[in-house]
Amino acid sequence: MRRDTAIGSRDAEPSVTPVTVSRWSRTASAFTGVCVVAVAFGVAVPYVIGGPAEQPLITLLTFVAMGSLWNLLAGFSGLTSFGQQAYIGVGAYALYLIAEHGIDPFVGIIPAAVVAAVVSLPVSALVLRLSGGYFAVATLVVASTFQIIATLSPSVGGTTGVSVPGLAGYSDVLREALTYWATLAVAVISVAGVYLLVRRTFGLDARAVGSDPVGAAASGVRVGRIRLLAYVVAAGGAGAVGALIALQTLYVEPTSAFSIQYSVDMLFMVLVGGMGTIEGPILGALVLFALQETLSAYGAWYLVIVGGLAVVTTLVASRGLWGLASERLGWSLLPVGYRVRQPRTGTGPAEPRTPP
Amino acid sequence: MTWVNAVIQGMLLGGLYALIACGLSLTFGVMRIVNLAHGDLAVCGAYLGLVLSSALGVPVWYTLPLLLPAAFAIGMALQVLLFGRALRHGVLAPVLVTFGLSVMIENLLQVAATSDPRGLNGGALALASFRLGSITVSWLFLAAFLAACAVLSGLQLLLSHTSWGRKVRATSDDPDTARLVGIKVRPVFATVAGIAIATAALAGVFIGTIGTFDPLTGTTILIFAFEAVVIGGIGSLWGTLVGGVVMGVTQVVVGEVNQAYAVLAVNLLFLAVLTVRPGGLFTSAQAAGEVRDAGALG
Repeated sequence: MRRDTAIGSRDAEPSVTPVTVSRWSRTASAFTGVCVVAVAFGVAVPYVIGGPAEQPLITLLTFVAMGSLWNLLAGFSGLTSFGQQAYIGVGAYALYLIAEHGIDPFVGIIPAAVVAAVVSLPVSALVLRLSGGYFAVATLVVASTFQIIATLSPSVGGTTGVSVPGLAGYSDVLREALTYWATLAVAVISVAGVYLLVRRTFGLDARAVGSDPVGAAASGVRVGRIRLLAYVVAAGGAGAVGALIALQTLYVEPTSAFSIQYSVDMLFMVLVGGMGTIEGPILGALVLFALQETLSAYGAWYLVIVGGLAVVTTLVASRGLWGLASERLGWSLLPVGYRVRQPRTGTGPAEPRTPP
Repeated sequence: MTWVNAVIQGMLLGGLYALIACGLSLTFGVMRIVNLAHGDLAVCGAYLGLVLSSALGVPVWYTLPLLLPAAFAIGMALQVLLFGRALRHGVLAPVLVTFGLSVMIENLLQVAATSDPRGLNGGALALASFRLGSITVSWLFLAAFLAACAVLSGLQLLLSHTSWGRKVRATSDDPDTARLVGIKVRPVFATVAGIAIATAALAGVFIGTIGTFDPLTGTTILIFAFEAVVIGGIGSLWGTLVGGVVMGVTQVVVGEVNQAYAVLAVNLLFLAVLTVRPGGLFTSAQAAGEVRDAGALG
């Protein structure tokens, strides 16, 4: 993983001191180790702790997946979609239709994600013509259109909805454990997938597109392709999340499948955690989970706080909690940029700051 | 005759959509902010009308002299406290801030007013109608349509013939240059936001009198307003009226066939316009360029 290169620095010093440019650091290696252990422990949860731990972890892991995927759109590519619930709904309904045809629902998660990605292709041709706030509202229109179509389709139960078939063969314990593992897998694949994607040239291109599309295009970035890729990947991921939610609730119904609440959650996690970082949405998911556990009894006040925190974070700490923390500590646990290290001269920082 | 009736009712309904949309259009045209809380602020206007008219015991129309200045002040305060600050944090921040504001407003209204649907007391006007041949026209819908025309003409006159309008247009073209020639940009933005929110509140009062509203109505209103702006052509005030009318006619005519498909038809019309004429039916080239992205460049 370590990829260090020594280049000559152009300092005014008499002798040329080499600086090292590297992506990985000791902190990052340690954190990767922690992640591997955490995932291994996560896999073992149904054996070790069992049912009581599964439900809250399923919620948390669903948040992690949603946050990471939305971060790919809004944080890296500048596409603030408030209509990702369109693909969550499509994924949920696709899972129902796949299970209807006798395919095991747990196997159906993957085709459901593919269906959502395929549906997003023609939609992207329309909504990606707009940008900024207009793109945001256009995605809302798409989600609302999908919701109306589901409501008007008797084959998927219309307004009343349908329950997910094909699960009668599983005992409750096994079904819950399988749902948990599937959620864990989707969360890990979302985080790792987004991480690996933005480490490639795509990441740099996407951030260029996000901050200045015209400038990016002028520098030879293929803006349309970058946006399309981000949009389709995020839609596929949302489809997988939708399929998981259908498996968790065992029921698919238009109002909740296409609820704008999913967008509120995604926005909150990414903003409060830290936009455009890999760690941020995970931290944001933990914060949202903690808030939901402690405040959900207060009903609407909980959402007032969620909305308020999102506004305050944007205005006061636009880099989110992780931005603040990494600035303070100089950590980059899952680095996506490169860092330049001066040779240690006694006073030099052990962990220099990563360029944002 | 049913069809003629449907077209006329649809045109009148379209006036209401245009009234909602003109504030959204104005905010985007001048500040480059798409206010995602616009619909929720309209609903706030309706609730304010409800509180005032039940406190004073009069139809909601008599509360407008209180309500509209209050909405204007709220709009100015929002611009100074939130939108203006958000603008300094780049292009994404206003989108995120106004969406957060929308979530806050919807849930504060739920806390304060429960989620029961409400209606406003429109007095005698709400029930009055007159006959035009075999077609019955409601005074209320006609009033909403005329209000939309009055607001749009008023705005057009203000923008093209007053010194305030010149300042707004200059700031909208290029805020930095406007500042260089001595225009105080912040007060200009604040008054524009004030007017936008006041028109939203007026639209909210009409919506609340014509039908019912609850804390979550705002998102639907936002979607309709947005569709009217895009169909009519971003940056064109009269285009917004045409956009609203096209939507209203589509909704009522399709509703005549099957009520369930009315809103779906409007959404599909919007998506069709986006496919065929992404700039809308009437558009200024500059405004369209601002909104259409650089995707075409890649």
